Amino acid sequence: MYPSRFRYEAPQSLDHAINLLHEGAGEAKVLAGGQSLIPLLKLRFAAPELLVDINNISGLDYHRFEADGTMRVGALCRHAALERSSILASRAPTMAAAAPLIADPIVRNRGTLVGSLCHADPQGDWASVVTALGGHVVALGPDGRRAIPITEFVSGPFQNVLAIDEIAVEAVIPAPKGNAAGGYLKLERRVGDFATVGVAVAIDTSGNQVTRAGIALTGVGGTTIEAAGAGQALVGRPLTADTIERAANLAAEAAKPRTDHRGSAEYKRHIVHTFVTRILNRVTETADKAA
Amino acid sequence: MTTLYEEIRPEPHGGIPVRRVTITVNGEKRVAEVEPRLLLAHLLRQGFKLTGTHTGCDTTNCGACTVLVDGVPAKSCTMLAVQADGHEVMTVEGLASASELHPIQEGFKDEHGLQCGFCTPGMMLTAKALLDENPDPTEDEVRWALSGNLCRCTGYQNIVKSVLWAAAKMRPAAAADQDGS
Ligand SMILES: Cc1cc2nc3c(=O)[nH]c(=O)nc-3n(C[C@H](O)[C@H](O)[C@H](O)COP(=O)(O)OP(=O)(O)OC[C@H]3O[C@@H](n4cnc5c(N)ncnc54)[C@H](O)[C@@H]3O)c2cc1C
Ligand code: FES
Ligand code: FES
Repeated sequence: MYPSRFRYEAPQSLDHAINLLHEGAGEAKVLAGGQSLIPLLKLRFAAPELLVDINNISGLDYHRFEADGTMRVGALCRHAALERSSILASRAPTMAAAAPLIADPIVRNRGTLVGSLCHADPQGDWASVVTALGGHVVALGPDGRRAIPITEFVSGPFQNVLAIDEIAVEAVIPAPKGNAAGGYLKLERRVGDFATVGVAVAIDTSGNQVTRAGIALTGVGGTTIEAAGAGQALVGRPLTADTIERAANLAAEAAKPRTDHRGSAEYKRHIVHTFVTRILNRVTETADKAA
Repeated sequence: MTTLYEEIRPEPHGGIPVRRVTITVNGEKRVAEVEPRLLLAHLLRQGFKLTGTHTGCDTTNCGACTVLVDGVPAKSCTMLAVQADGHEVMTVEGLASASELHPIQEGFKDEHGLQCGFCTPGMMLTAKALLDENPDPTEDEVRWALSGNLCRCTGYQNIVKSVLWAAAKMRPAAAADQDGS
């Protein structure tokens, strides 16, 4: 299989890239890791006139914490860099748990977190993680920068709200309100498969109280599902067997799974409950050990 | 090179310029004129006649087409040839020297790491990237690193053994190199 014809540009600056997209007038597409776009081009589900390859733009491959604890992931930060990141492992448990579960090792070498968010696959893992963490995407266009909360950024399956001449330059995770804890669990049939069920839990704690909680679900609905009620049920309370059970029940209720080749709706809902419980139990175990 | 896809299916050009790319393939600088849509796998196989790189699924799933781009495994069916411009690509043909096999190739031979051999080039290149980074991997680390390369024949046991065999063989050499420096 090979794509239909397109023009190709590999600009070295964001300004140039934005100009090219602007001139492309909606017939241009950004190429980041290419791990979703190139398969689509080959299947001819996408046939842009122009590809704007951003891989030659330097300074976009970072992921770092600001002094205030805000985390930024640049548009060319690969899944593999996040998987190997020591700062992620020590300070961003939900992201650190998800990174090794994206696709397979070779795809992770090229694919990017920001590209995943832009691709807006309802089965994508990063969208759930960034949703649970309350993150946003920074878009850059001819009129400057704007921050778009992840819950507004994705407007439907494989759709985002970027203007035709905007590039997503980074994803931003707000600083935790206290200690960051949480995790990501994914049930997959084999390595490289999309999730049968994925559950992202991100909670911040101060003392034994939960100060902020986000829970989001992959693969159990037509989009990423934010189980806002489940998160809310934890805030202002300590993590106990009761609060954990309540959050797990609410998350399972928020899921809208369908029976398919990956499993029955009932089974998937059950897994949501199990995963929320498992992640939160691990958080309490780790806290107990530390105390 | 201009005509690589035209050989497959002639189509009017639509005014899209071909691009000149310079790629260091297995240590040798190669220049080619390519259509932007040409996949790296096709440039290597049909353009450069390096048919050791296999295309299996052609849908980014199997890893048979894996090559190293600047030392990092990439699926060449999911990369444009133009994206390799200015980069170093290593294919399976680059593993052996004129006189001897690479230890990873020896390992696959000694430990029966292949049956039909279709997945083998991708397996060996992914293994090379692993061993370059981690000369003493555990069995789990080998399995993890190879988890994007599918094999329909071996059941993986002997592939893992082959890589561990190569790691052991390469280690004294790596140590000697370090001593020497
Ligand atoms: C075999 C396989 C298995 C996979 N399994 C998983 C999985 O389990 N979980 C998962 O989450 N993902 C999975 N993926 C998808 C993978 O994570 C991709 O890397 C990701 O979806 C897209 O990132 P990319 O950088 O490759 O983007 P690209 O493919 O380059 O782009 C994807 C889309 O986003 C747009 N885009 C990309 N970057 C930007 C930007 N900065 N600004 C504006 N638009 C942009 C492109 O125009 C395109 O429309 C899998 C992919 C493969 C091939
Ligand atoms: S041929 Fe490229 S991944 Fe299968
Ligand atoms: S040896 Fe046949 S596919 Fe691996």
